[in-house]
Amino acid sequence: MSCERMESRILGYMDGRLKENQRIEVEKHLAGCALCRLRVEEFSAISGLLDELPRIEPSPEFDARVHALVAAEPAPKASWWAWLHFSPRIALAASFLLVMALYLGYGTDKGRVEAPPDDQAMMQDLPVLEDHDVLQNFEPLKILPAPVQADDASDTEQQQQM
Amino acid sequence: MVRTDVQLMLDVKAGDGTSFELLLQRYRTPLVNFLYRMVRNREQAEDLAQEVFLRVYRAREDYVPSAKFTTWLFRIATNLALNSVRDNRYQKLEVSIDAPVTVDAEDGEGKPLDVPEKHPNIEQHLVEDARRKMIRHAIDKLPEKQRAAVLLHKYEELDYAEIAKILNCSESALKSLLFRAYEALRVELAPLVAQHVKH
Repeated sequence: MSCERMESRILGYMDGRLKENQRIEVEKHLAGCALCRLRVEEFSAISGLLDELPRIEPSPEFDARVHALVAAEPAPKASWWAWLHFSPRIALAASFLLVMALYLGYGTDKGRVEAPPDDQAMMQDLPVLEDHDVLQNFEPLKILPAPVQADDASDTEQQQQM
Repeated sequence: MVRTDVQLMLDVKAGDGTSFELLLQRYRTPLVNFLYRMVRNREQAEDLAQEVFLRVYRAREDYVPSAKFTTWLFRIATNLALNSVRDNRYQKLEVSIDAPVTVDAEDGEGKPLDVPEKHPNIEQHLVEDARRKMIRHAIDKLPEKQRAAVLLHKYEELDYAEIAKILNCSESALKSLLFRAYEALRVELAPLVAQHVKH
């Protein structure tokens, strides 16, 4: 392994995060490279120096400030379908009502479309029937003389003889 | 049984306020420390940490556990810190050189000298104080992304894949970033490093 390759592995080696085969490779290289050995020592020293910086604690007011910020947040807007998620009973009842409404609506519609054909015909012929009634009860028509049937019969006989 | 971060966050999503409280207790100190080491101002670090928690709370409705919770949390924190550092840099350019210098630090900088009882020797205390300042200064001099990488690697002990996701780079790019950061620290802290290597 080259010294350049060591650059990507040196910190992983120090942290103990390398795979077994990678660690063996690094140790083999270090055994023969004084420069990389020195670099590992120096980087370890830096890691130790960074440990010297103390940690700070958040101020006592920190939590209260976060709580105040969160409390000032507006409540999330409920989506149109959110209530279905939170109240399945209501959702079930609504579904039942919807199904019933569709069933009843469909049933009424069906009855109207499939009315008996005689009734439909009567509705269409209603004006004609009304005219028929008027004509039947029309007084002047009743006093007309009866048609002469004998003449018609003799004419027919004469035509046959000719 | 201890609930995982993801379980807690899913409970927050379902409207459980106590789970948010547990996340706050679990991560306030690491977040404040990380942000403090990034921006070098305690008050600003706390403001940013509060903003991180607020953003987590705001995002609860859309939370999907596609990555580790800490990756998401520190990604928010890192982005806020990097923006803040950049904003501060421009602000500092506008500040008059005659303006009074105010220093804020956790390790004695800017405070009246307060010798703890465990340091009977004032000279020893001063030496330690100078060492910390030097270390702090070396970290501050790192470019922002290198600094974030070192802090997440050293103090938060996140794995490489996680840090790479936080910094939006590949794992190999992160290893290179960390190597260059340690090289820069080696040069900057050469006198202290030499003492360690000798002994």
